[in-house]
Amino acid sequence: MSSIDKNARYRSSHEWARKDGARIVAGISDHAQDALGDIVFIELPAVGKTLKQGEAFGVVESVKAASDVYMPMSGKILSVNGTLTGDPALVNKEPYTGGWLIAFEPTNPAEWDGLLTPVAYEAEAGKE
Amino acid sequence: MNLIPEPLAFELSSPGRVGVSLPTCDVPVTAVPASLRRAELKLPELDELTVVRHFTRLSQKNFSIDTHFYPLGSCTMKYNPKANEVAAAQPGWKGAHPLVSDDRNQGAIELIYRLQESLKAIGGFAGVSVQPAAGAHGELAGVFMIRAYHLAHGNPGRVKMLIPDSAHGTNPASCTMAGLTTVTIPSDAEGGVDLDALKAACDDTVAGIMITNPSTIGLFERNIEKIAKMIHDAGGLVYGDGANMNALTGVLRPADVGIDVMHFNLHKTFSTPHGGGGPGVGMVGAAPVLAEYLPGPIAVEKNGKFSMEMPAKGIGRMKAFNGNFGVLVRAYTYIRMLGEEGMRRLAESAVLNANYIKVKMEKVYPVKYPRRCMHEFVAMGNFVDGIHTLDIAKRMIDYGYHPPTIYFPLIVPEALMVEPTETESKETLDAFIDVMLKIAEEAKTQPELLHDAPHNTPIGRLDEVAAARNPMLCYRS
Amino acid sequence: MPFIPNTNADREAMLAAIGVKSVEELFSDIPAGKRFPKLGLPAGLSELEALREIEALAAKNLSASSNAWFLGAGAYNHFIPAAVPALASRGEFLSAYTPYQPEVSQGTLQAIFEYQSMAAELLGMDTVNASHYDGATALAEAVLMAVNAGGASRPRIMVPAALHPEYKEVLRTYLAAFTVNIDEYTEVPALAAKKCDERTSCFVASYPDFEGRVHDLSGVADAVHGAGAVFAVNADPIMLGLLSSPGSFGADIVTAEGQALGNSMNYGGPFLGMMGVTQKFVRKMPGRIVGQAFDHDGRRGFVLTLSAREQHIRREKAVSNICSNQGLVMLQTTIYLEALGKSGLKAVAELCWNKAHYAAKAIAAVPGFAVAEGTFFKEFVVKTPVPAKEIVDKLERRGVVPGLELSRYYPKRTHELLVCVTEMNTKAQIDLLAQSLKEASV
Repeated sequence: MSSIDKNARYRSSHEWARKDGARIVAGISDHAQDALGDIVFIELPAVGKTLKQGEAFGVVESVKAASDVYMPMSGKILSVNGTLTGDPALVNKEPYTGGWLIAFEPTNPAEWDGLLTPVAYEAEAGKE
Repeated sequence: MNLIPEPLAFELSSPGRVGVSLPTCDVPVTAVPASLRRAELKLPELDELTVVRHFTRLSQKNFSIDTHFYPLGSCTMKYNPKANEVAAAQPGWKGAHPLVSDDRNQGAIELIYRLQESLKAIGGFAGVSVQPAAGAHGELAGVFMIRAYHLAHGNPGRVKMLIPDSAHGTNPASCTMAGLTTVTIPSDAEGGVDLDALKAACDDTVAGIMITNPSTIGLFERNIEKIAKMIHDAGGLVYGDGANMNALTGVLRPADVGIDVMHFNLHKTFSTPHGGGGPGVGMVGAAPVLAEYLPGPIAVEKNGKFSMEMPAKGIGRMKAFNGNFGVLVRAYTYIRMLGEEGMRRLAESAVLNANYIKVKMEKVYPVKYPRRCMHEFVAMGNFVDGIHTLDIAKRMIDYGYHPPTIYFPLIVPEALMVEPTETESKETLDAFIDVMLKIAEEAKTQPELLHDAPHNTPIGRLDEVAAARNPMLCYRS
Repeated sequence: MPFIPNTNADREAMLAAIGVKSVEELFSDIPAGKRFPKLGLPAGLSELEALREIEALAAKNLSASSNAWFLGAGAYNHFIPAAVPALASRGEFLSAYTPYQPEVSQGTLQAIFEYQSMAAELLGMDTVNASHYDGATALAEAVLMAVNAGGASRPRIMVPAALHPEYKEVLRTYLAAFTVNIDEYTEVPALAAKKCDERTSCFVASYPDFEGRVHDLSGVADAVHGAGAVFAVNADPIMLGLLSSPGSFGADIVTAEGQALGNSMNYGGPFLGMMGVTQKFVRKMPGRIVGQAFDHDGRRGFVLTLSAREQHIRREKAVSNICSNQGLVMLQTTIYLEALGKSGLKAVAELCWNKAHYAAKAIAAVPGFAVAEGTFFKEFVVKTPVPAKEIVDKLERRGVVPGLELSRYYPKRTHELLVCVTEMNTKAQIDLLAQSLKEASV
């Protein structure tokens, strides 16, 4: 059974978003990392890039699969998790903490309310 | 199999050794300006015998058709007759240059012409081009042709290609390269194209459909004529992925059921060697509607004279010069030896062999679509808890069989795709079936034998995760 | 039939096991009216008959095996050591499949790894893939990489006017779906590169160019990178045995036609598309790549890696649709490079250089003929006093293939001949060429 961060909100494409002051931190869920398997490479966006909600901001690769990852909300990239370049397995080990992918400044904070709650996401991921 | 570790050539190198003698310079020397000279060239230094032993030993670390049975679904690993190699090694081919004028390359062009005519006959097509260098390259040519057709007919908005979910990954990838978007069409309960979903996708943005028939699950698409009509009625064109032509030679001409353009994999159907990954050839055939868009040059005959000509409306060149000519010679040799009767016999035997294995194996290995198959079938390897298809595949190696294609097509979980081809005897098939049943038994009684397999190979299962995380792609001293 | 072993008795037994009466029954899914058509192919031939027929066809071509050969222009006549075909034609290499099962494919995989290592050194790149269809498609895919990296705001591609004409054609085919401008430059690369701007995605240099000229590429990389574009070089790999690698000039992507490295001309194929990149582009490079790996006992092996770039995983988002590589051709090149080694490849390149320069002097001394100016390696343009096509037609009847008349690609350039000289040409052949040119022009 995969774990869930109760303080985060989710997209059905398995990204999570969490408020950290005014910024939003995002990554992929435990369910997603488990489905992908051992992650070998992560491509992250340039800092300063502005992306819309639902737009792909990067790619997460395992040996046998590759998955685009999508913006949970519209925003401007403030920072990316550089540690992952040398240690992509962090996403497998700590998807909600050390394995975060990006932090961004939301350009439409109201989008937060449209994201899935932990309960709703758990129900949806459980169906797969 | 040679189990002894073979060092890299760099590790065998010793300063001052050389493996080839070259003539001494018989003309006055011209100084090379120092500014142009490269500083160093770190290639290995080996004597000839060391090179010969090195590659001979390496060859012994491979499975191959010449040494092992390869029931590799979708890949059609048939025997490559030795006559093909003799035919291709003629000095008149090896030393022929593509830019010598056509009247002094008449033999080469005539051979291309004859091969074109043969594939026109086998596929029912109006025109054929030898340009594409592989199946995927042929697909790319085909979708370029479809795009060019729509543009020539004032329909730049036809950019949507429909692709069944069982398709090879090259289909959607080719579309992207040709500037088309793809829409995935689901399979129905019998493994065919879902006609309702297809109908819903047919609008005035449709460029066409890319369909593999027999499909990648080894079943003949019974609705093929209906599908072609739906696409044609919607203003689209039908691309046939000819990867599975081995089931149809002399049985059905694809153009007769509405295929407008199709590639032939000469390295599958027409017995040219896979060579550990290539070279292939993906000759494209086209119905009258698309024939003038074929890539060129194409061999043309006029009053007994042969020439290479560019089709006037063609999409252009897919590669430099005249296709993978050496491979064309091999395929032509095979077709010439088989002839009319042999073509049909080929497909019949391929289908018979596949159905024979299927009937014997399906009692133990579940088959998702239990219909009678064509030249291959897809079983599943997850009939014992804790055992995966990968484990079965690796255990087969211990018994001297190359694993089938696994985990493809994506629509069958734990897929194990078996294709024997027509060149295998009943004795080979029986021995293979016995081993498959034995492995199924081991899966229940001694699962560790499967988990740890293979046992008798130069290396065991490799840590592919570590290899991809920290890629080491070149020798570093 | 020798390739279809089952006898009628075997077929009967198998049909019975399946539970059908005839083979035809297995094809009941095929539309009835279209089943088992008459193809109109001739009847099959025995091996002996088929080979006789094909040998007769092969003998109708002009072959480098029995002529004094000075024609290159993208397909080259070089020496192939006996060990190369002898080893590459072993059934274990020839009839093996793509090495998706590493435990039973270490021969092929290790050979690819050795190829990648040697080709990377030769081109001066960090990583080389397991090959493309040919030099032209390798270059087209390199340009596509740059176009995709540059995005919509960089639609301009700069290529030399003197890029091989067929490479240009392939480039146009591959780029048909992209909104790009292919700008052809006529200056030397060092000057042309200064014209790269913020709309340029790719600057291509040909080293040497189609007319044989070897340009100094110093300074190009700074200008191209300064504009934010990608610097791609198409190179002659034999030349790199002697002259500086494109990597040493700061190229990002290097492509080459590898046919010359141990493969016959074969009427134009199969050839070998070489592609190498710097570290920055490894995960954007198309094609198979082999990497080193270890098993649980710590034994070293090799495996296809970085597959997430490829079509079987990424489908419509893959970096390319390429699925195969030129396996056997690449293997021949691997054996060739190891047999020649460090000193051998350099010696071949020096022979080409010396003989080509001797030939250029000999031809320039023939009244009415002139050799184009500039640095060259093994190919150069000769200005002819009579149409070059006439010279070619005359000399080829006498067993001398003098080169390519440039009018084949450039109809107005009627009096120019592209001559190629390699280690295969003896002094006697070169003297014969000069003498024959003299005779053909009067």
